[in-house]
Amino acid sequence: MSDHHPTGITRWLYTTNHKDIGSMYLWFSFIMFLIGGAMAMVIRAELYQPGLQFVQPEFFNQMTTMHGLIMVFGAVMPSMVGLANWLIPMMIGAPDMALPRMNNWSFWILPFAFTLLLSSFLMEGGAPNFGWTFYAPLSTTYGPPSTDFFILGVHMMGISSIMGAINVIVTVFNMRAPGMTLMKMPLFVWTWLITAFLLIMVMPVLAGTVTMMLTDRHFGTSFFDAAGGGDPVMFQHIFWFFGHPEVYIMILPAFGVVSEIIPAFSRKKLFGYSSMVYATASIALLSFIVWAHHMFAVGMPVAGELFFMIATMLIAVPTGVKVFNWVATMWQGSLTFETPMLFSIAFVILFTIGGFSGVMLAMAPVDFQYHDTYFVVAHFHYVLFPGAIFGTTAAVYYWLPKWTGKMYNETSGKIHFWLSMIFVNLTFFPMHFSGLAGMPRRIPDYNMMFADFNMWASIGAFGLGLTQVYFLVTIIMAIRGGKKADEKQWDGATGLEWDALPSPAPYHTFSTPPKVD
Amino acid sequence: MAIRRKLIAGIASSLSIMLSGAVQAVAEMNMRPGVTETSIEAYELHMLVVWVMVAISFVVFGAMFYSFIFHRKSKHPTPATFSHSTKMEIIWTTIPVLILIYLTIPAVSLLIKMEDASDPEMSIQITGSQWKWHYKYMDQDIEFFSNLATPREQFEDFNADGQTKGENYLLEVDNEMVIPINTKVRFLVTAEDVIHSWWVPEIAVKKDAIPGFINETWTNIPTPGTYRGQCTELCGKDHGFMPIVVKAVSKENFAKWVASKDAERLAAEEAAAVAVAASWDLDKLMALGKTAYDAKCAMCHQVDGSGVAGAFPALKGSVIATGPVAAHMTMVVDGSTGGMQAFGKQLSDAELAAVITYERNAWGNNTGDTVTPADIQAFKAGN
Repeated sequence: MSDHHPTGITRWLYTTNHKDIGSMYLWFSFIMFLIGGAMAMVIRAELYQPGLQFVQPEFFNQMTTMHGLIMVFGAVMPSMVGLANWLIPMMIGAPDMALPRMNNWSFWILPFAFTLLLSSFLMEGGAPNFGWTFYAPLSTTYGPPSTDFFILGVHMMGISSIMGAINVIVTVFNMRAPGMTLMKMPLFVWTWLITAFLLIMVMPVLAGTVTMMLTDRHFGTSFFDAAGGGDPVMFQHIFWFFGHPEVYIMILPAFGVVSEIIPAFSRKKLFGYSSMVYATASIALLSFIVWAHHMFAVGMPVAGELFFMIATMLIAVPTGVKVFNWVATMWQGSLTFETPMLFSIAFVILFTIGGFSGVMLAMAPVDFQYHDTYFVVAHFHYVLFPGAIFGTTAAVYYWLPKWTGKMYNETSGKIHFWLSMIFVNLTFFPMHFSGLAGMPRRIPDYNMMFADFNMWASIGAFGLGLTQVYFLVTIIMAIRGGKKADEKQWDGATGLEWDALPSPAPYHTFSTPPKVD
Repeated sequence: MAIRRKLIAGIASSLSIMLSGAVQAVAEMNMRPGVTETSIEAYELHMLVVWVMVAISFVVFGAMFYSFIFHRKSKHPTPATFSHSTKMEIIWTTIPVLILIYLTIPAVSLLIKMEDASDPEMSIQITGSQWKWHYKYMDQDIEFFSNLATPREQFEDFNADGQTKGENYLLEVDNEMVIPINTKVRFLVTAEDVIHSWWVPEIAVKKDAIPGFINETWTNIPTPGTYRGQCTELCGKDHGFMPIVVKAVSKENFAKWVASKDAERLAAEEAAAVAVAASWDLDKLMALGKTAYDAKCAMCHQVDGSGVAGAFPALKGSVIATGPVAAHMTMVVDGSTGGMQAFGKQLSDAELAAVITYERNAWGNNTGDTVTPADIQAFKAGN
């Protein structure tokens, strides 16, 4: 009875079911991941050796811009919303999200937003070519005509994100099962709750930024044009006021994921649950007062540089607490290394490396040497690929048995892990070196002294790209013909979704709330 | 015994060769210390943070790998039950704070030193534009543009004609910035169109060039030499093709260079006067115009005047190139807010006249108009 659901295309178009919507978000984000990845392949092919071999500089700039936009807004963010949809109601014992109709809408905006954005490749002047940070005046006075489609696309994604965030907050505050107090919630729910607040705070700021661009472009205003009394640097302040919390929007849910998986495979409770909650909240609060560390070279007063430098370095403290707590969770546990655990461990190690380069970048006087070089590219790919994307991947392997009732092939999972692990490092570690040696980012061609590391990075990137296709095959094989999963597939797993629900989880769950002691 | 000794010696020598190779590789993969006081201090701070981070990673990853080996299920079947320790949590909050304070102290003092551009001995205004740099010496009567000197044939490998790339491929310019050693030189950095960023790693100077604003930075180079850098802020199509070269020379050689630049300027002024007086016919203008157009204009508007749709307007049959001459002169000499650069200073009057004439008559525009250097001079005087 509880498994009855509509069929055909209308099931997906009209659905208000959090599980259907979660699946659609996840598939959508994977498609975007492959599209954005294909653009990365073009970039790495061009950078494989010095000289221009495949694409013209104009098109190269469109590739870097669209790769960034698609990965940030199309791949990473929707994948996290997909996980939230699937997991939050099951974890807190709710029958669905609080605002199911809005949930449907926030998903269905996305395919249209990204069709709009991708259609810009077919327009005169090509796709946006000013980098995913779209600094004015390159994106205003000098932007191609498709910039207006980009602006509309960003507005649509923003509306989708804000609605998704409202849904999470309302669900968490109102739909918890009796006895599920805030401090009993799984950490994944906590990290998403905090992420949702970040989204509500900063997505409107992004909307304001692109609206000011629009009026600068077409209605004669000069927000970002010094000739009319505006200031191009103000663009960067406003953009990064959105942009820095955005970084945490992408990573905090992944923190939540590994905080579920590491205890499960250590067969030991998460160490320092409450300090994890407080650390997440402090990271989120600090993220609002560090934005100008992206702008040390714009000519800020020394006092401003000092403030942003010190505030940024402070973030290392709560982030360190999280890493230490994960290590302490494993300490004296009883560890096994199934695929989700392998991805989570790699997450902790490689994200920490990204954190180290983050501390280096925070130090303004040396940042002048790192800023806008490949060192920065290495840094943020370390926190995004083995960070956010490994986090999502770990979550897919961990919860797939619960979602589909089918187990993936453990050998395939491990092959996927080890190939990803090798190639992600081969791709992004050499970028530290080329950056330190002086290679600026976003250039289509370079001097011979950077040739070796670029060749390694390109080879790694091709391998990494193919490995993700293998991931797709592994998951489809599991869904089509995987072994039947147990209700509690992992012996160390805890939480309502494992203890109170069968595998696969029925279409409607917790129509009557479970009892939580 | 002797054989063994030989063997050891052999291994040692091959090891030392490998090591020296490794050291060389390290030099290419790390930040260069550079030549100025601040660049060396920045390098030292960089190395300090690197080693602190390496030390922390040994502790953290060490503990993790210890767990992987000794706390795996086969070795450690019963997990411990602790999930909390206030003492440990206080320790691992305090230690990072102390480490950060330890790193902040040298960073603060270096930052304050780097940002103190007061009491300069000379000043140079640096202006970025798509995709070149302009240097104006405020204390001398010298100003010039600095363009990429690497020929296009070297980087356009599409046809695989295999032109070899030189040692300073993409890092060489036609006119270097020349500055004297042991002199505090202030740079006033700005831009004409979009944001650029002026970076020379070996003197640890990176400052954004922002249109409408002037940023200040400085250097004081103790050793003569040639130091190369690049634009580091995405500034459009040819962002990767606007290098920076700074040549530091002794004070005497700098004085000689200033004198030679003065002579150059006088010669140019004379040439301009000769050009105005000379007689110009359409063929002569078209020949010079084609050369100047291909060098300065074709990058955007293309050799055949077709432009790039959506970015750079076509000149073939365009309203400007076939309409009134005055509007055409305004566009080329003064530029436009829509993105056209001002070429009034980048080209000589003769070249400006020739380019405008060329654009009005090439590619079937056939207006029959000629613009002479004298016309340009009159136009500039009327501005």
